[in-house]
This record gives sequence, C-alpha cells and structure tokens, in this order.
Amino acid sequence: MTIVRETLLPPAPPPRRAAGPVGWLRDNLFSGAGNTVTTLVILAGLALLLPPVFRFLVTDAVWRGDSGEVCRPEVAGHPVGACWAFIGAKINYLVYGSYPAAERWRPNLFFGLVALGTAWMLWLDAPRRGLGAVFVFLVGPLLSYGLLSGTPILGLAPIATSLWGGILVTLVVSLVGIVASLPLGILLALGRRSDLPVLRYACIGFIEFWRGVPLITVLFMANVMLPLFLPGDLTVDRLVRPLVGIALFASAYMAEVVRGGLQAIPEGQGRAALALGLTRWQAMRLVILPQALKVVVPGIVNTLIGLFKDTTLVSIVGIADFIRVLEAARADPRWSAPTIPATAYAFAALFYLAFCFAMARYAAFIERRLAAGERGRA
Amino acid sequence: MRAAPPESGSGPGTRSTRALVLQALVALALAALAYAAFATASEKLARQGITAGFGFLARAAGFDISQRLIPYAAATSTYLDAFLVGLLNTLLVSGLAIGLATLIGFAVGIARLSPNWLARTLAATYVEILRNLPLLLQLLVWYVAVRVALPEAQHPAAWGGAYLSQRGLILPRPDFQGAAWLVPVAFVAGLVGASIRARRAKRRIETGAEPGPVVGPALALVLGLPALAWIGLALAGHPVPVAWPSPGPFGPEGGLGVLPEFAALLLGLSTYTAAFIAEIVRAGLASVARGQGEAAAALGLSRAKTLRLVTIPQAMRVIVPPLTSQYLNITKNSSLAVLIGYPDLVHVFMGTVLNQTNQAVEVVAITMAVYLTLSLGLAALMNASNRRAAPMTR
Repeated sequence: MTIVRETLLPPAPPPRRAAGPVGWLRDNLFSGAGNTVTTLVILAGLALLLPPVFRFLVTDAVWRGDSGEVCRPEVAGHPVGACWAFIGAKINYLVYGSYPAAERWRPNLFFGLVALGTAWMLWLDAPRRGLGAVFVFLVGPLLSYGLLSGTPILGLAPIATSLWGGILVTLVVSLVGIVASLPLGILLALGRRSDLPVLRYACIGFIEFWRGVPLITVLFMANVMLPLFLPGDLTVDRLVRPLVGIALFASAYMAEVVRGGLQAIPEGQGRAALALGLTRWQAMRLVILPQALKVVVPGIVNTLIGLFKDTTLVSIVGIADFIRVLEAARADPRWSAPTIPATAYAFAALFYLAFCFAMARYAAFIERRLAAGERGRA
Repeated sequence: MRAAPPESGSGPGTRSTRALVLQALVALALAALAYAAFATASEKLARQGITAGFGFLARAAGFDISQRLIPYAAATSTYLDAFLVGLLNTLLVSGLAIGLATLIGFAVGIARLSPNWLARTLAATYVEILRNLPLLLQLLVWYVAVRVALPEAQHPAAWGGAYLSQRGLILPRPDFQGAAWLVPVAFVAGLVGASIRARRAKRRIETGAEPGPVVGPALALVLGLPALAWIGLALAGHPVPVAWPSPGPFGPEGGLGVLPEFAALLLGLSTYTAAFIAEIVRAGLASVARGQGEAAAALGLSRAKTLRLVTIPQAMRVIVPPLTSQYLNITKNSSLAVLIGYPDLVHVFMGTVLNQTNQAVEVVAITMAVYLTLSLGLAALMNASNRRAAPMTR
C-alpha cells in the first residue's frame, strides 16, 4: 500500500486577523465559546444595571430647589433620582459644619495651606523640599491651629472645636494623623531594630498592641480613659481625644511600613557610611533613612489612604466629621424625600473615591518611577 | 542589618555601659509613666465612687440583646453573659464574612487575570471602587439605602416559606430536638468522611497514585448524608419539625430571623474585604511562573483545571500570609457593627455595659484583650502552618 496523494489539497484559510479592532475583539471578548458566553452575560448585566444608575445620577436627578418638596415624585411629576438640590442647599454645612459663617475665610485659608503643603510634598522635583518638610510638619500645623481655633492676640476670635464640622474636621483629623504618625512611626521603626533589648521590646509591644486592636476600641478608650489618666482636673477637648487615639494607632502601622524600607537597604550602606567617618546618627540620618523612606513612599501613601478612610470612625464617638454632618443633614425634616439617603451616600462616595483614587494613582506612579530607577541602575 | 553597627573606636566596655544606662532610663521612664497614669486613674475612680475590679461581671445586666446564640434574658443574665453573647456574635459574623469574602475575593482576583477584557475590566472596577470607599460608608449604604429599597414588613416578599422585608430575612426554622438530632449528626459525619477522603487523596498523590475525585464525593457526603437522614426520618414517621413563619398583620412571625443589621454587616464586610483579597490573589497568581500555566496547557489541562491544580496551589504560598492579615482585619472591622446596631462585642460590652457600669478601665481592658488574643492567636496559628508548608518549597 502506498500513500501518495493524487489531488491537490484545498488551500488553507488565511490565519485569522490578530491585529486591528476586529482582531482585538476576537482575542479579548470572543476567543471561544466560554469566553463569548462570559462577554454576553456581562454585557446583559451592564445593560440592565447602567441605565438605571445613569438615570438616577443625571437624567432623573433634581438639580435646583430650596426644600425637599421638589424631590418628591408627586411634586416633580416624574420619577426622581438623585436630589442634588439637597447637596447644593447643604454644601456649606457639609464643608464647614457649624463654623461661624463670617469666619469661613479661616477654613478656606487652611484648605489653601493644606493644598500648598500637599503639592510641595507630592511633587518630587519641587524646589526646597527640605523647607517644605519643615512647613508640613512644623509651621503648617501651628499656623493652622492658630488660624482655626483662634488667636486673640492677632484679633482672631476663638472658635470652639464643637462648632467645627464636615470636610474641615475630616481633613483636620486626617492631617493630624499623617503629621503625627510619620515621625512617630520612624522613631518606632528605629526602636524596633535597635540593639537594646528594653527599647526593642518596648517598641515591639507598642506596635503590636495598636495593630492588634480595632480602631473603634482605641477611639472609645481615648474617649473614656484619656481624661482618667490626666492629672488634676485637666480636661481634654472632645476633638483632641480621638486625635490622640488616631495618631498612636496610625504610627504603629507607619512603623511597620518604615521597617520594611529599613530592611530593604543593604547592610553595606551603613558600614560604608561609618567607614567614611560618619557617626551612627549621621549614617542613619544622611544615608540609610533617605533611601529607606524613598523605597516606602508607595507604602506610606497606601497607609495614608487607609488612615483617610478610617477617619470616618470618629463619627461613631460623636465627632462631627463629614459622615456625621451628612447624616445630620439627611435627618432635616425640611429635606425629607425618598431619595435623600441615596443622594447623600452617592455624594460621600464621590468625595472619598476622588481623594483615595487620586492617592492610589499617585502611589502607583511613584512605584513605577522607583522601578524605572532600579532598572536604570541594574 | 541591625540599625546600629558597632561604633568604631569605642571599646566594648564603654558601649555596653552606655547601652545599659540608656535601657535603664527607658525602663524607668516607662515605669514612671505607667505608675503616674495608674495613680491618677485610681484616685479619680475613687473620687467617682467606682470600685475597681471585675466584680461587676457577676451583676445582673438588665438589658436585652437582639441576637443571641446562647440563652440570655435581660432579667436573669449577668454582664458576663452579655459579654459572651457579644463575643459569640462577633465570632459568628467574622467567621461567615471570612468565608464569603474569600469566595468573592478569589472569584474577582481570578477574573482580573481573565482572557476576557470585559471580565478583567469589571473586576478591576470592583476592586478600585470598593477599596477606595470607607467601610463605614459602605455599611451605611447596605443598611440604610439598600434596606429602603426592600418591601415594608407588612407586605414582605415571599419565596417558599421565606420572607424578605425591611425587618430582615425570615427563614423556616428546623427544630433538631428528639429524633431529629440525627440530621446534625449526619452533617458532622459527612464533614469527617469528606476530610478523611481528602487526606487519603493527598497521600495517594504523594505516593504517585491516581487520587480519584475529591470535590464531588465531598459535597455528596456533606450535603447528602443530612438530606438522607432528613428523608429517612420523614419516612420513618418522625419528620423533622419545622417552624414555618407566617405573615402577620405587622410582618412575618415565627421562624428563624436574620437581622437586617447582621445581613448588612456581613455583606458590607465581605464585599469590602473581598476587594483586598482579590488584589492578594492576583499578585499571588502573577507570582507563579508563566511556564507553569503553559506547561499545564500543553499537557491538555483546561483553564479551570490549570488554575485549580497547578496555578492556585503554587500561588497559595504567596497568598496565605497577607490573606491571614485580611482575616484579622475582618475580625477587627466587625466592630463597626456598633454603627448600625448589630450587637457585637464592642456594641454590647464597650457600649451598653460600659455606659451602665462606668467600669471604663476594666471594660476597655477586657475588650482589647479579646481582640489582641484573637489577633496574636491567629497570627501564631498561621505562622505555624506557614512553617509546616515551607519544606514543600523546592
């Protein structure tokens, strides 16, 4: 038996297109039966889900009005989605809380200071970043304190912290957490890697304690126990108590991030610095820490995102942060309408999403930049 | 590297003396601080007429708790009982949330590496949105906004004996008293049988033998045995009594109620933590060398089998340590229950009991000790299992 073909095979079909939009569609959405089914199911789900969301946020939304009446379907004459008029009417309350209207330029100036400090720190090629650090960690906080709570000598009337509220308080709590936790965290991380057992174990105990308990118990503790531990009849401001708790809590997490950076620096760096005649303190300050901190910038930013989200917990212990004023505004009987809760939460979600997403993108950008630096060196 | 390499030029004597003095100073300062705090606190407590100590735990609690896993009555139960009820509620919601978050997290994490662009993008969107919103806000959304959308208690939605309304989910409650105890026993027997089978399959793999199917028989054992027991009892004339909820004028009555607070906390915690777990899973899967998946495909394994038998087992080494810390986060974050009124440990003990007794130091110390024990205990457990898994590394 011989195997000899006597007729020509029909030509094979050309290879399917791999480039261009059609090729992309085929590779990414319709490459096989299972894949096609997945695509169709997701498309159907999106077609069911997205139009109502869009209608709620935009087309059915009520944009103008001065009471909850306009957001009732029977008054508006159509199904009502988000009641943005509510946010518009309450925006000053949501931003400043009960801060006196005539003094609102002070929080505004504070927001400006925050923007300046943030830009100075985040823009890596900014001029005089050392000065920026002094501004962010020393001058800025003092200025802000004098500005917000009042300095009678300068003619700024004192304003009780019980009047502060809204985004202002959320920012204050986050910033105090950031400004206090970074230096404290660095000290704790150094202590945890110290040769001295007493110091080391004290730091380990401190860090593991705060990392082991939920923030809400820390806030409760700060609320009921801080006044107990202070001598005499010294009372602590209602706003300061959770700030102390948050600062200690955040510093423990920050310490672990910084420790990761310290561990990433090769041993030879410290030895070389000592060989050059630097003291141990100089070697730490000028050689090891700058490199270690640079490596952990993404980790630090991620911790800050967590901290920013966690500040919402102060609303549980009675601080008028953004969430709490939002809940208070929502309860206003003049603005009672079926979609008010959903509107309030949609607004809060957009607020937090914008901040946290921006920070996360920044961390990712720094990570890419660091990776590029590593590749360049190798 | 230790932060402090030995200083050049200084002899060991001077350095160790200085170290000793420094440590003594640190210890002294800490002790002084602790003593000062203790002294002021006890002096202030004495002035407020509060007796320190844990005696208050034996006093009658006198308040009611909406969800309890152990017998508890406002009139007869003590603060210690209230503590236990709260602790069990915390453990219940954390345990269920851990399971649910792991399921969602793995699904989303695997979808992030899907060949399907839509699935990939959808998973990425899920992660970015849920990770970047405060958990507290998400709980409010689940509890307030979602609940408003449910039917009112007077007109609940009903599916075959179960009712869903703003008052929560009401399920038929089987009563495992009398002969019906066979059903839970059959369930436990199924669990034991399944785990024995899994162990045997593992041994067979190690000796190079064909392991045979595991997942199917395990499901059959765990679900089938209780079902058989149920049917058998019914045929034998001893059917398992079931308390069916009935629609009353003010909402469904009887049955097994799932509190809306519990459901909101469970869903909020699981979907939030699932976003973090998804990222962990993605990183773990990405850490497995590409060649492993390609080799599996070359051997003719399907994508699902490749994931289940080749990629995921190898990724677990990278996934487990951060996964553990997410489990701890769930347990700690379950304390946000206090916001929506689910009676967990913090709500019951640090909230109500603390307010009633004013024993601030003791209550805070007990609550924190519980969370610390859970955290350090789970960490120790995971470290031990990590060590056991480590020799597998080749």
